[in-house]
Amino acid sequence: MELSGSEIVVQCLKDEGVEYVFGYPGGAVLHIYDAIFKQDDVKHILVRHEQGATHAADGYARATGRPGVALVTSGPGATNAVTGIATAYMDSIPMVVLTGQVPSPFIGSDAFQEVDTVGITRPCVKHNFLVKDVRDLAATFKKAFYIATSGRPGPVVIDIPKDITDPGVKIPYDYPEKISMRSYNPVTRGHTGQIKKAVDLIMAAKCPVVYSGGGVVLGNASESLIEIIRQLKLPITSTLMGLGAYPSSDKQFLGMLGMHGTYEANMAMHGTDVLIAIGARFDDRITGHVERFCPDAKIIHIDIDPSSISKNVRVDVPIVGAVDQVLQNMLKLLKDSKVEQDQDAIQQWWSQINKWREKQCLSYDKSGDTIKPQYALEVLHKVTNGDAYVCSDVGQHQMFTAQFYGFDKPRRWINSGGLGTMGFGLPSAMGVKMAHPDADVVVVTSEASIQMCIQELATCKQHSLPLKILMLNNGYMGMVRQWQEFFYESRYSHSTVESTPDFVKLAESYGHVGMRIERKEDLEQAMQKAFAMKDQLVFMDVVIDPEENVYPMIEAGKGHNEMYLSPESELV
Amino acid sequence: MRHIISILMENESGALSRVAGLFSARGYNIESLTVAPTEDPSLSRMTLVTRGSEEIIEQITKQLNKLVEIVKLLDLSEGLHIEREMMLVKIKAERANREEVKRLVEIFRGSIIDVTDTSYIVEMTGDGDKLDAFIRAVHEDLVVEVVRTGPSGIARGAKGLSL
Repeated sequence: MELSGSEIVVQCLKDEGVEYVFGYPGGAVLHIYDAIFKQDDVKHILVRHEQGATHAADGYARATGRPGVALVTSGPGATNAVTGIATAYMDSIPMVVLTGQVPSPFIGSDAFQEVDTVGITRPCVKHNFLVKDVRDLAATFKKAFYIATSGRPGPVVIDIPKDITDPGVKIPYDYPEKISMRSYNPVTRGHTGQIKKAVDLIMAAKCPVVYSGGGVVLGNASESLIEIIRQLKLPITSTLMGLGAYPSSDKQFLGMLGMHGTYEANMAMHGTDVLIAIGARFDDRITGHVERFCPDAKIIHIDIDPSSISKNVRVDVPIVGAVDQVLQNMLKLLKDSKVEQDQDAIQQWWSQINKWREKQCLSYDKSGDTIKPQYALEVLHKVTNGDAYVCSDVGQHQMFTAQFYGFDKPRRWINSGGLGTMGFGLPSAMGVKMAHPDADVVVVTSEASIQMCIQELATCKQHSLPLKILMLNNGYMGMVRQWQEFFYESRYSHSTVESTPDFVKLAESYGHVGMRIERKEDLEQAMQKAFAMKDQLVFMDVVIDPEENVYPMIEAGKGHNEMYLSPESELV
Repeated sequence: MRHIISILMENESGALSRVAGLFSARGYNIESLTVAPTEDPSLSRMTLVTRGSEEIIEQITKQLNKLVEIVKLLDLSEGLHIEREMMLVKIKAERANREEVKRLVEIFRGSIIDVTDTSYIVEMTGDGDKLDAFIRAVHEDLVVEVVRTGPSGIARGAKGLSL
């Protein structure tokens, strides 16, 4: 089969089984867009800003586990995509981003819409390529998809100069079935000796805690995790990224840990003697002060990325491998293990944890007439039976969602955890909805975050994506305001969101349904109504208590046992 | 602690900037870096000298290994190894000091590879200390220009760093 470079681009996507490409055309990718026009297998979703394309591809990948694909032009197309690429990089999301480049002879001449895409994206990709010869195109695609999806996943950029896609130059096409790279061989199988050591340590533990992270979701290890936790009656806490891997409604789940984690989760971390970290990376929002982190614990760390191990916190038993495989091996070894767990100690540990639970650290004031954000999320959970895909922006509403929605399944919680990208919610939800057209897909956002990528409402209209947008409107950049209240004596420097549009009219002008909800008693019914409109995007502008804060809170750099639980509380 | 890391990497454009970028992005030091293709033109061999605590060096080697273009890597400081650096020095050599400079070069087993009425260019190989010592031995007023390659390193013994 003889194909031109632009046809090869499209054919490679087909051969990789790509359903959707999120993109925006421009000069350097016109040949590719012409090839897209001539076929129906790979469907193109036209976004309104390249950041939206990368977030949508990212959302698709998070919801399905399959790589998301974005296509943007050179120069500003590529730089606009960078935020989305960096977002995916921080959360290890498999993604392939195709960027157009000026024709090869013009590279380096400061040509129109030229930018050094490979240079700009280098620090925020797993790998990137500049294609220099059309004959390398197919192999480059194969490598890109392989690198993006294997080992610790991540975004890969392929920068394609315009002359490479010249429709006039045809070459034989053959998509490689397999690729092997001498310089890239990610480890998947954990070291048996290390796994055995970990098993012995876990069995001997008196106060064990499992701290699970996004790696469990990415590695599809949820079932193995549940099995091991239940079998050994282990308490489990999760990072923001790991929510849903273990059902939140289960009684062995202690809630999220870290800066806005629960009292019981953080106290258990502080008191544990054996910490089992699974697919988590000891981020500063989790550890707080590293010197005071898990002071009495032996630490086991399972991760696919060797560089995650002992990066921030020294660990005692490192296991490099794919989480699911390691957990499966552990389960096998547990069957043969002669060591018995000290049931009395475990029982005692649980009664201590249950005492911590009695604090009810997530309780909030339900007395007033204003809608509390926590309440809004509880209602959302009720109306969607806790079964929606929830895409969030960044800030207080993100933390409230993590605390109050109660995720019971993996891949339902879509948020920018590592980079903390405001504007992520709406476009990522488009990718999720493309992947799961029949599921409820909700954007939980705020009047600040939503405006960072609000133009994507047009994409939702054009491609009939009936999302439900729950905008918690408090008139502030809530998390900024909260920090200013706590650490800057309530000097609210530029954290007030003034001159907001009329969101109902705005939604309507894009062709959607808008609702404004101001009274607590209207909320549930309004949400029921919104979710009943299966074919419409409904934008709910929910006016909430303007100065509600996220609790519990550990100040940056403090220990897990130093939490504020409410405005009145002293440090506990 | 000073560490000397030997790296075998794909000889592709951009590979070097990936290494350099990694060091600046993560705040590691590069003391010196030398790189050239090997007998297999598809591979380059790099010698990189850096400093840091054991934890930092561990992270550096792990992060380097993560780069897709890096094939193999060895921290030479973990075993017996040989380091050599090459230096070219342009030295003022006028009547009064011509003989003296020549004697010094002989003592340090360097060679004079360019001569004018008023100058020598000296080529010298050795470990960094030896080259430092030579520079100190020549009066500083006489040194016109110093060009050093930074060390290249190789592990002692029969085993090689290869594919």
